[in-house]
Amino acid sequence: MAETTAPRTQVAHAHRFYAMLLPIPIVCFVGALLTDWVYQYSGGNLLWVNFSSWLLAAGLLFGALAGIVLLVSLGRDARLRVGAGWGHLGLLFAAWVVELINALVHTRDGWTAVVPTGLMLSLTAVILALASGWLWQSARYRHDGGRP
Amino acid sequence: MKRLALLSGALLPLVGCGNPQQVDPSQQVGPNPVLPKPAEELISAVGVADVIGWKQGETPTVPKGFRIEPMATGLSNPRNVYPLANGDILVVESQHSGAEPVDRPKDPVRDFIMSIAHGGGGAKDAGPPPQRITLLRDADGDGRPELKTVLLDHLNSPFGIAVVGNALYVANTDAIMRYPFTPGETKITAPGEKVTDLPGGLIDHHWTKSLTASPDGSKLYAGVGSNSNIQERGPEAETNRAAIWEVDPKTGATRIYASGLRNPNGLNFYPGSNTLWTVVNERDELGPNLVPDYLTSVRPGAFYGWPYSYYGQHVDPRVRPQRPDLAARAIPPDYALSSHVAPLGLAFYTGGSFPALFKGGAFVGEHGSWNRTAYNGYCVVFIRFAGGRPVGKPMRFVAGFIGPDGKARGRPVAVAVDRTGALIIADDVGNTVWRVSYAGGKAVA
Repeated sequence: MAETTAPRTQVAHAHRFYAMLLPIPIVCFVGALLTDWVYQYSGGNLLWVNFSSWLLAAGLLFGALAGIVLLVSLGRDARLRVGAGWGHLGLLFAAWVVELINALVHTRDGWTAVVPTGLMLSLTAVILALASGWLWQSARYRHDGGRP
Repeated sequence: MKRLALLSGALLPLVGCGNPQQVDPSQQVGPNPVLPKPAEELISAVGVADVIGWKQGETPTVPKGFRIEPMATGLSNPRNVYPLANGDILVVESQHSGAEPVDRPKDPVRDFIMSIAHGGGGAKDAGPPPQRITLLRDADGDGRPELKTVLLDHLNSPFGIAVVGNALYVANTDAIMRYPFTPGETKITAPGEKVTDLPGGLIDHHWTKSLTASPDGSKLYAGVGSNSNIQERGPEAETNRAAIWEVDPKTGATRIYASGLRNPNGLNFYPGSNTLWTVVNERDELGPNLVPDYLTSVRPGAFYGWPYSYYGQHVDPRVRPQRPDLAARAIPPDYALSSHVAPLGLAFYTGGSFPALFKGGAFVGEHGSWNRTAYNGYCVVFIRFAGGRPVGKPMRFVAGFIGPDGKARGRPVAVAVDRTGALIIADDVGNTVWRVSYAGGKAVA
């Protein structure tokens, strides 16, 4: 990509920045699913529900930042505005909304913060977030002309 | 899309949580309150009245025939009042200092909401939190003190006090202290002597330690509130909490007198009996109409449910591991006061100047709700007693703490009856001590 023009360099920077941010919400959401799952089998050890709450908060924060960068990239780079690009955005947004609701459910005191609604929402959001990540790679793959 | 279907499936149960609990607060008073199903809302309902303080000449309202006057203004967070036989009134001015440690992102948000309830209006802005007992001397019993002086300072978030013989017992948030004190004195300089430690510590969520002495003065009883709403800080944080302690003031020996009482305050023996009574703040975040706070006599050794169940065997779904063995022996309290009213003060009417129906009845100071959008409490209620038991519905006796603009002028905490039979009320955010007298009554001094 060294031969691209200045705006192209900016676009490439935005993509690199996005590549740095995107895994954070995905990893946080996967982590919250794991800590929720452990909580359910821990017999109520509150350590795990506290972990989940922080992971959800961090995932939402970095998810929001990533979303802003993604919207800017979509606006500036027409090659991203393909089915996979839009699908990526839609699924990421859906995952974020589900986790926002999940974070509110996780403010409950004790067992009902996780079982059953919180755990179900964590699972739903993780499926959405992972699918969203898959579509991003597809969009990038086409974008870079066959080079993954 | 299939995933959208999955998403809406996950959201469906949340819609159910939005159902309000259609119960009128008047159905939640007395011995058999209506208890709706728990409704854990997505965003917990919050309604805290902004505090603007009392303007000159502004007062709470009292029923016809009664009169209310400020006995002392410009105080700093007065939370407890303790009239002495000689006419002096001890006022505990107190606040909890320090923030609770953060476990979850929710914690700072909750602390902020609680700070609104205590913000604004009055003399509390100057200096560090008050930690003292002020003495009001009203020798002629006209309700206008001739002297206002600091009796004892530099305490540690005190709340309950009791005078037994020539000793003043002070329940700081972390210990019961004894000071030599002969009624009539206006200054205590002697260093206190520790009777026993009480659970304080870093979290110290319910920090007010209520205190009373047995009728013969041989034992002290201290209310020790829980360290959380519903054990979300873990069971270790609740050791010896949510309980009433019995303390031997001579030896400092303690035992748990009754437990499962989430936040017991206003400890008082029913006049002429050996029956201890308390008002208890029940758990939050199960909806606007759960769980009713209550007034109850305290049976020695009894377990009242917290955290595992409420009103007997109504199991709280949030607590794990569950304890069916404990829930099974939880006993329901005597008399519900309605949900989230936050009773913090209790006084039995032992005076002679109010009309006869008040004799032996209970005044309860309700600090007011935060966990529902429609305010509940924010008043002093009266409950008639017959044969040593509460009867009928509570009567709103002192109201008007929230003005027509929805802002709080003050909030009642402790209540007490002075030697003239007047009702004394500590108003913490209003920074005032109020005195209610019967217009047709005669002084008993």
